[in-house]
Amino acid sequence: MSFLDIRGLSVRLKKGPALLRRVSLQVQAAEVRGLVGESGAGKSMIGKAVLGILPPSVEVSEGEIFLDGVDLLRMAPSERRRKIGAVAALIPQDPLTALNPSHRIGPQITDRLVDILGWTRARAEARALELLAEVQIPDPARVMRSYPHELSGGMRQRILIASAFAAEPKLIVADEPTTALDVTVQKQILRLIAGMQARHGTALLFVTHDLGVVSKVCQKLSVLYSGLVVEDTSVAEFFTAPRHPYSAALLAATPKYTDPLAGLNPVPDAVIDAVRAEVAAFDRMRHG
Amino acid sequence: MRVLQAILVRLFTTAVTLAGVAVVVFVVIRVVPGNPIAMMLPPGATEEDVARLTALYGLDKGLWAQFGIWVAGVVQGDFGTSITTKAPVLELVLGRLPATLELSIMALVMAVVLGGAAALVGTRWRGGRVEASVDVANGMALSVPDFLWGLVLILLFGVLVPVFHISGRVTPSLDLPFTTGFYLFESLFRLRFDLWADLVAHMFMPALALAIPLAAIIGQLLKQSLKETMNLDYVTLARTKGYGEFRVILREALRNAALPTLTLVGVQFTFLIGGTVIIERLFSYEGLGNMAIDAVINRDLPLIQGIVVLFAVIFTAVNLVVDLLYAVLNPRLRHG
Ligand SMILES: Nc1ncnc2c1ncn2[C@@H]1O[C@H](COP(=O)(O)OP(=O)(O)OP(=O)(O)O)[C@@H](O)[C@H]1O
Ligand SMILES: [Mg+2]
Repeated sequence: MSFLDIRGLSVRLKKGPALLRRVSLQVQAAEVRGLVGESGAGKSMIGKAVLGILPPSVEVSEGEIFLDGVDLLRMAPSERRRKIGAVAALIPQDPLTALNPSHRIGPQITDRLVDILGWTRARAEARALELLAEVQIPDPARVMRSYPHELSGGMRQRILIASAFAAEPKLIVADEPTTALDVTVQKQILRLIAGMQARHGTALLFVTHDLGVVSKVCQKLSVLYSGLVVEDTSVAEFFTAPRHPYSAALLAATPKYTDPLAGLNPVPDAVIDAVRAEVAAFDRMRHG
Repeated sequence: MRVLQAILVRLFTTAVTLAGVAVVVFVVIRVVPGNPIAMMLPPGATEEDVARLTALYGLDKGLWAQFGIWVAGVVQGDFGTSITTKAPVLELVLGRLPATLELSIMALVMAVVLGGAAALVGTRWRGGRVEASVDVANGMALSVPDFLWGLVLILLFGVLVPVFHISGRVTPSLDLPFTTGFYLFESLFRLRFDLWADLVAHMFMPALALAIPLAAIIGQLLKQSLKETMNLDYVTLARTKGYGEFRVILREALRNAALPTLTLVGVQFTFLIGGTVIIERLFSYEGLGNMAIDAVINRDLPLIQGIVVLFAVIFTAVNLVVDLLYAVLNPRLRHG
């Protein structure tokens, strides 16, 4: 069984419209799966469901999420939390808001090692220093004693990456980990995440808008439209022979892969209409 | 460095404020009608008697001359002599100060504990019946002023189920070994838990009456900012690490959420101290407030002045402490 196996997961606003429509996707151990789709398609919602941080305004209406062989949705909340904390981690989108402003960096990395995994503080600190060095932070000892506001956005994202890898999780969800950063820093952070993933053999669920990023770091790809997975494929196949017209249109809409001088081609209306019809058909089928 | 500078600025503004308070009080209590000398003397005293006593207390001089004499005394630590008791004002006032401080601090502790617990419980079980109950309790606590809570408490725990004392600070027949006025602290220090229990049994109701409205304010505001903080990214990130909800609230959210509440508590605590005046009267608690009411009734001008200046000093000290705490809790200010 895959390390992460989502089967027919539907999420909706409580007593409201569907946000995810029977989503199925797998991530094998040490594999990187990209998750693309327009804004609001439900990419982050999938990551939140996996990590047990769905907002209180939504509910899971059906499906299973197998993480490391156990169905998260059938577990008691406290057990689920512990399971997720033990095998998974998140690299968040915005490094400026994802660190607690009133705690020093050190404890923000080491706390889970000490409190959840039962390490000694000394061992956890040694581990944190090691990881900070691995994400190329100069003078890790000083950074451990700093507060978040004393560090740049790029530094903070490196710290969050180090923190995500601290407990050697088997799966990391990275939700657009570079969109909040300067363009110059984006490339470095991307290379860093890809390198860390390869070295640590961590499975990665990588949420992004950017097909260029997908081509560089992912092996598998799910294309999402309005909570519906319209294509689940390997990256190689996606770029050479996309099966779904929406995928093909997305690919065409990315200037790099056509003629750079042609500029951006929006997804044609006909394609949008077709994929919308598909979503509507899905909903009709569900509700009779 | 910044903190030191802030303290110096604060001390200066404090001095200016206190001077302003002194002038206003001095003028106001002399402008309102009521002659302290006439009230001291028995009916039928002669004009000469009145004139002699008036001169003795310096009340025959002009307003500004009186003020000058008073300020000159205050600068040397002499706040004058109480007209009714003939004792030095400073001695009287400092003698009562510990009782009021103990009452106020006890009330503050109760308010923080009750309000904090309400906020934590309401946040932990937010969006359900528990939070709704917390809101209702807060609303009720807020809609009744402290002295009415005092009356309610007297009826409940003084009359209906008489478990607490309804008047005084300590049972008068007890032998008190204290050398300071801080009975509550000193009884603990001397390991005299019998006396401590007696003091608490006296202080419990007036302190609770003062605490209830403040507890409601703390509960409401802290719950509100806790709930907002619980939606922030760093709290969500902490949730993925495997921590339980309570631990997330306490470790990740509480400190940041407490900052706005802290500022408000500072202001509200000064109101609470003001509230001691009536509450002390209601419970015949021998503190500054009770003394202030007597002083006003008797038009004991030097004593009123002394008490007001002391209250002003306490208020500014409270504000200073709040500012310092804020700086300690907020790393961005400490290093900025
Ligand atoms: N807290 C929430 N409460 C209710 N609805 C939400 C909440 N968060 C997101 N949604 C809705 O769920 C849908 C999917 O949102 P999601 O954040 O997963 O989109 P996304 O694909 O990550 O988009 P983006 O690229 O903009 O991040 C959207 O329609 C959004 O409006
Ligand atoms: Mg998103």
